[in-house]
This record gives sequence, structure tokens and C-alpha cells, in this order.
Amino acid sequence: MMKQNFWTFVVEQHEKLFMQVIQHLGLTFSSLLLAIIVGIPLGILISRKEKLAHFILGTAGILQTIPSIALLGFMIPFFGIGAIPAIVALLIYALLPIIRNTYTGITGVSTNVMEAGKAMGMNSRQLLFKVQFPLAMPVIIAGIRTATVINVGVATLASFVGAGGLGEFIFGGISLNNSNMILAGAIPAAFLAIFLDQTIAFLQGLKFRNLNQWRVIGSLITIIALAYYFWPTPTSNKLKAGFTPEFMGRQDGDLGLRAIYGLYMNPKIISDAIMYKAIHEDQLDVISGYSTDGRIKAFNLKVLEDDKKIFPPYYAAPIIKSKTLLKYPDLEPVIDLLAGKINDSLMTEMNYKTDFLQQTPEKVAQDFLKSIHLYKEAGLRNAGKIRIGTKIFGEQYILAALYKMLIEGHTSYAVETKTGLGGTKICFDALVNDAIDLYPEYTGTGLLVLLNPTEENIKEVTQNPEKTYHYVQQEFKNKYGIQWLKPIGFNNAYALMMRNKDAHDQRIKSISDLKAYLSY
Amino acid sequence: MIKVDAISKNYAGKSVVDTISFEAHNQEILILLGTSGCGKTTTLKMINRLIETDTGHILIDGQNIRDKKIEDLRMGIGFIMQNTGLFPHYTIQENIATVPKLLKWDKKHIQNRTNELMHKLHLSTDMLVRYPHELSGGQQQRVGIIRALIANTPVLLMDEPFGALDNITKSEIHTAFKSLDELKNKTTILVTHDVQEAFELGHRIALMDKGKILQIGTPKEMIYRPKNDFVSNFFASNRLLLEHKVTTLADLEKMFHIQDIIQPTLSAQSSLSAQSTVWSALQHLSTDKHDFDRYEKLSKAFAAYRKMQIT
Ligand SMILES: Nc1ncnc2c1ncn2[C@@H]1O[C@H](COP(=O)(O)OP(=O)(O)OP(=O)(O)O)[C@@H](O)[C@H]1O
Ligand SMILES: [Mg+2]
Repeated sequence: MMKQNFWTFVVEQHEKLFMQVIQHLGLTFSSLLLAIIVGIPLGILISRKEKLAHFILGTAGILQTIPSIALLGFMIPFFGIGAIPAIVALLIYALLPIIRNTYTGITGVSTNVMEAGKAMGMNSRQLLFKVQFPLAMPVIIAGIRTATVINVGVATLASFVGAGGLGEFIFGGISLNNSNMILAGAIPAAFLAIFLDQTIAFLQGLKFRNLNQWRVIGSLITIIALAYYFWPTPTSNKLKAGFTPEFMGRQDGDLGLRAIYGLYMNPKIISDAIMYKAIHEDQLDVISGYSTDGRIKAFNLKVLEDDKKIFPPYYAAPIIKSKTLLKYPDLEPVIDLLAGKINDSLMTEMNYKTDFLQQTPEKVAQDFLKSIHLYKEAGLRNAGKIRIGTKIFGEQYILAALYKMLIEGHTSYAVETKTGLGGTKICFDALVNDAIDLYPEYTGTGLLVLLNPTEENIKEVTQNPEKTYHYVQQEFKNKYGIQWLKPIGFNNAYALMMRNKDAHDQRIKSISDLKAYLSY
Repeated sequence: MIKVDAISKNYAGKSVVDTISFEAHNQEILILLGTSGCGKTTTLKMINRLIETDTGHILIDGQNIRDKKIEDLRMGIGFIMQNTGLFPHYTIQENIATVPKLLKWDKKHIQNRTNELMHKLHLSTDMLVRYPHELSGGQQQRVGIIRALIANTPVLLMDEPFGALDNITKSEIHTAFKSLDELKNKTTILVTHDVQEAFELGHRIALMDKGKILQIGTPKEMIYRPKNDFVSNFFASNRLLLEHKVTTLADLEKMFHIQDIIQPTLSAQSSLSAQSTVWSALQHLSTDKHDFDRYEKLSKAFAAYRKMQIT
């Protein structure tokens, strides 16, 4: 059945898949090409100036160690979002292997052979092209192979900054709990890596000793890279939109915007972590987000009124396996201490403190618990260990810190937090497979992403948040043996947002206003 | 003509070549002879500026080598490295054609010259399409020689070019080498540590030790007029052989009546001539019982000649 579904998915989405493969290749090749253009001359340069070698290789080595997401984040102020920051980031990763291998290859040419060349009256140019370069070629190619494989892998992260590629399926699938979608991205990505690696190995095996033949290959790579740029891409609107992969695939997300509002934004798909930065830097004009996000206040954004009610409010509540509750009997009453205690404005306030005032989630949690007189110093911690997971955004970190303090203060359980899990699917799978014991989830996500109910069901249960909560509680218990504990209090809903100033200038208050503005 | 004037080279304060002076003339093969590490390669490389001198001057045809563009200087010098230095990524053909291509010779011309030299150095042209690692050490050395000879430069510097050859092939190649027309109009400096090779090929020999030249002279001068004990001791173990080899029948003929030995030999064997060494004449006579008397007579004449040379 699994296999069937996978193929159905691939067949259904083949246009998108093809597009993503092209984007992926385009990103890989353009960055590779640039890395070759920059890296080989640099490698040659440092092979002649030993003093520079240390510095350049050191710098490239340090750049290599910057985590990809962080690097992509750094790029936005300089290069905005889309293909360019992705290519620059990929270029940075590809540089080290190419520079280093060029350097090792060239300095590895035996001094004897070099002397022979000099003795024949070759000048340094002739020595480079007739002796050093051809002899270093196998090592240089090995570097290019390494860079290619790295780049195919890192290019999956390009979807975080709206550059497309197979990461759209992979991370979309993780957010939307869709294994077929993940595989549809991951399998071609792995295949591309192997294919490109083997192709280069094959070309190398042909023993091109002649520079002309290399020029042919160089031009081929260039053509593919260029083709990528001239590939028809959806034209953008007056306003640039960026949505998370999860928002893109949800009924109460982009699908709803199209169906109910008739709003087609041609959004870039972008990660939540980078989206806010991008709108703040004027790289995007409209983004999807959560109504309680602290960054709304921090970045001075305007939440557009959902006048046709496609973003129903949902509750947030910790979910936990029933058998865990039995095993740790003191747990439920303690967790329930927080039930109903955090309303929308309190949550927004706490989010603001971490997102904008840069306070640690622990401090924010402690201050809050003190303010409602629930804070206690941690006591003995010898009655077992509870593992709390979170998704990778601020609010979840705060909630995890709150529960940790609460549990350690009021019980003898120890708490270990596993924060920053990459998405709904990862958190949920971790819970099902007992890698974590509980995590905060939203009833809307539970309903739309994890349960996949029918259209009528959705209509039926999303009339009010109360109903949704009871439905998912029932279903989770039956299907997974997982318990939704009491709601924490605040409502969580998707929202479309713009910069306050723009919304004011264009007099956009609601999503319908936005639609009207765009079709005008 | 190469004039080397008081050149020195130090490495980290240690003198490797110490105020060496010598001249190498046109149409001459000058041998730099000495034990391992005495500075032969260093001296040779200073002539084409692979190594720069610390002090002293080197002139080629009266022009200081530093006054020339370094590439032009080197284009005018055929250089054979101690360990061939063939390009591993080029075929034998491409290796040989490197300099002609830099000089933009036409293909046909390169091909003809290559085939000709391959033949002269006893290499099959089948090897041309192979890569250096597919040749034996001795074959590689000969390719190195061809590569240095092909452009017919006025100067030839050779660093132990026959080091990897067995004795039989070596003497064959020595003969072939000596008869190369290509050497006729050249100044050749050849480095070796092989005493017999030095005597075989050299018009003059410069004996080096610890970075200094102890004596320069013709083979005959080296053996009969050693300037000091070091020089005479250096040749002691080969002395008898070398003496036989530096003396020609013509030398003996001037002082002794040995026509009756030489004449029949010459007519019978075209390989011997007045320029043949006593060594090869005795070698020849020793093979035939009928020549016993003549062998003895020639030995006696040589013994007398030798006595005169030494005293
Ligand atoms: N780059 C260098 N740095 C320091 N010492 C060196 C260097 N090159 C050569 N030498 C030393 O200089 C001396 C002479 O070296 P050279 O290569 O001229 O010897 P050679 O006479 O050619 O010996 P061989 O017959 O073994 O080739 C040796 O003792 C060697 O160790
Ligand atoms: Mg040497």
C-alpha cells in the first residue's frame, strides 16, 4: 500500500517534482561553477604563496563549519531570499574542498618534474598549464566530486530561503507528516548525488589530458546552470509572499486562501525561522505565521483579519501516551497546574520576551511561574525521567521550560528536554516511538496534519475550538493511545501578516482587502 | 663555450660548492667526476640557473647568464636530469616533442627528428605511444637524452645520464653517444661518478671533492700527472685498466716500431685503427692463439711507454 501511494504521489506531483529537480540541479551547478571559478585560481595562488595558504585554507575551513541554516540566515540582509543566498551559501560550502584539493594537487607535483619543465625553458604560465594543472587534475576533480556531493545535500536546505529544490518536498513532508512527500524529495536527492558523483568519476576516467576537452565540459556545466535561470518561474505579484511548507499544504493554509478567498499569491516556500527575518528585511511582504508569535510585535507586523474565517482557532495542549501517565502517576496533576493559565496575550508577551528581548526561555518561564505562584526550586530527582520534546520555534521552547520547572519543582521526576525537533512529523514519530514522553501540540495540527479527516469531518469539528479539541482527543486515544491533556489556555491560529506600515499605507486590514489590492 | 668563474653555493652556512672555476670548450665533452654529494649536480644546475649562485659568474659564449632572460637561457641548454624528469602525463612522443612545440616546429619535422634519435639511441619507435612508467629505467634515461638533444641546443648538460644502464647496454650506448653528430657542434658537460665512463667519454675530466675541483685535465693527464695524492688514490683501483684505455696505438707508434703488430690487425679487423686504445688492441689479440707473440710484443711496448710516462 505504501509503495502504491508513493508512486501515486510521484505521478500526481510529477510536474512539481521535475521542477524541483531542475531547481536542485540549477542550484548545485551554479554554485559549483562559481566555486570552481573562484576556488581553482585561489588554490593556484596559495600554492605559490605559502604564507597565504594558511590563511585562506583556514578561512575556508571555518566557513565550512558554519551550520547551513545559520549561514542561510546570515545571507538574507546581503542577498535577500531566493536562489542567490542559497547559491552563495552553497558556494561557500563547495569552496574548501576545491581550494584545498587544487592546492594539494599542485603542490604535490614532484619537484623533479617541475625542474624538468623549467630546465626546458617553460615560463610559469606554461608550467602551470602544461605540467602542474594536468598532473594535479585527478586531485582537483576529486575535490569537485566532494563539493558536488556536499552541494546536492546542502541544496535541500535551499527551500528554507525560498530557493526551491527537492528540500520543498522533504521539509514539506516533515511538516505535513507525509512520508511519500519526504521520499519523493529524498530519493531523487540521493540519486542525484550518486549520479553526479559517478558522472564526474566517469569523465575523469576518460583521461582528458587536453584542456580543450575540459572546456567542453565546463561549457556544459555553464549551460545547465544558465538554463536554470531561464527556466520559466511563476511571475511574482505586486506583493511577495513567503509561506512555510506546512502552511502550503494545509486546508487552513494556502489551500484555503485559494479556495475561499481566491487568493493566489505564488508564494516562496521558506522556513519559519527565516520568514520573519525576511519580511523584516523587506525581502517578503506577506507571510504566514501564528497569531501568538512574539515576532509580530517584535518586527512590528500587522495580522490581517481573517474575515472569511479560514483560520479556525485551535487549542494548544501537551500530548502524552496514556501508558506514560500510568507509569508516572504524579505527572498529570502537575502538568494540569498550567491548564488554562496562559491566555493569548500572556503567550504573545512571553514570545516577545524571547524573540525580541532575547531573554532565555528558562528565564521567561521562571518569571512567569513566579508571577502565578507556581514556581518551586527543583528538589530530589530520583523517581524517573520524563523527556519533553519541542518543535523548532520559540513558543515551544518556552512551554518545554515551563513544564520542566513545574515537574521538577512539584515532583521527584527528572526532566530532560529535547528541543528543536525539526517538525510535526519528527515530534510525533518521536512520541509514538517512545523517544520522548510528551510535547506541546496544537489541535489544528493534530486534526489536519496527523489525523487526515474527511472534508465533512473538518467542517463539522472546526465549528469551534472546543469541538476540535474533543474530536482529536477521542481520535488520538483510539488510534495511538495518546492523551491530549487539558488545554493550556491560548488559542493558536494561522495568520497572514504584513509590515504594519505597508498595511497602513495600502489600507489593507483583512485578507479580503489584500485580495482586492492584488487584483486591482 | 662555458666559462665558470669562482662560483660558490652555501646551504645553511654549509659550503656545497666552493669557488669552482673551469672552462668547457666547444665540441668538447667535459666530465664532472666525483663521489656522491661532492656538489656535481649543484654545479650543473647553477649553469642553467635552476640553482642561483651565491658568488661568482658564469658566462656562456662570453655573455653572463644573468643578463639573459631566464627562459631564453634555458631554451639554449639541453638538460638531462639525474632522474630523467620525464613528464608522467605525457607519452614518450609528447615528452620528446615538448621543446620543439615550445619552439613551434612543424609536426613532420618533429616526427622525423624523433624517429632518427630513437634509432640512434637504440630505442624502438613502438615506445613512442607509451607513458614513461611503461618503460624501463634505462629506456627512460635514453628518452631523457633524446628530449634534451632534439632541439640541438649549443650547450648540453647531462647529470648521470647513463646511471641506470647495465654494463653491456652502457658500453653500447656510450659508443652510440660518442658517434652522435649532434654532439659535434656543442659544448657538453657530463656529470658522473663512474670513473670508467669518465675516461670513456670525456675529452677532459674535472675531478671534484667536497665542493672543490682538485684537478682538471685530459684522461691521460689525470692518470699520469695527478696533482696530489687524492687524485692518484681516486683512480688507484682502476689504474691499470685506465692506463691501457688512455693510450692509443698511435701513441705507441710514435716511439716504437710496432708496424708489424698494427698493420695485419688493421687489415684483418676494420674495427681497430690507430686511434684504438691499447686495451682494445690487446683484447682483440688475446682472442686468437696465433696472435700470442704479437700480444706479448704489444704488452712490452706498452710497458716501456708507461715507464716513460711515469718517470
Ligand atoms: N637544497 C639543498 N639544501 C641543503 N643541502 C643541499 C641541497 N641540495 C644539495 N644539498 C647538499 O649539497 C651537497 C651536494 O649535493 P649535489 O646534489 O650537488 O651532490 P652530487 O655531487 O650531485 O651527488 P650525487 O652523485 O649523489 O648526485 C650534498 O651534501 C647535499 O646534501
Ligand atoms: Mg647529483
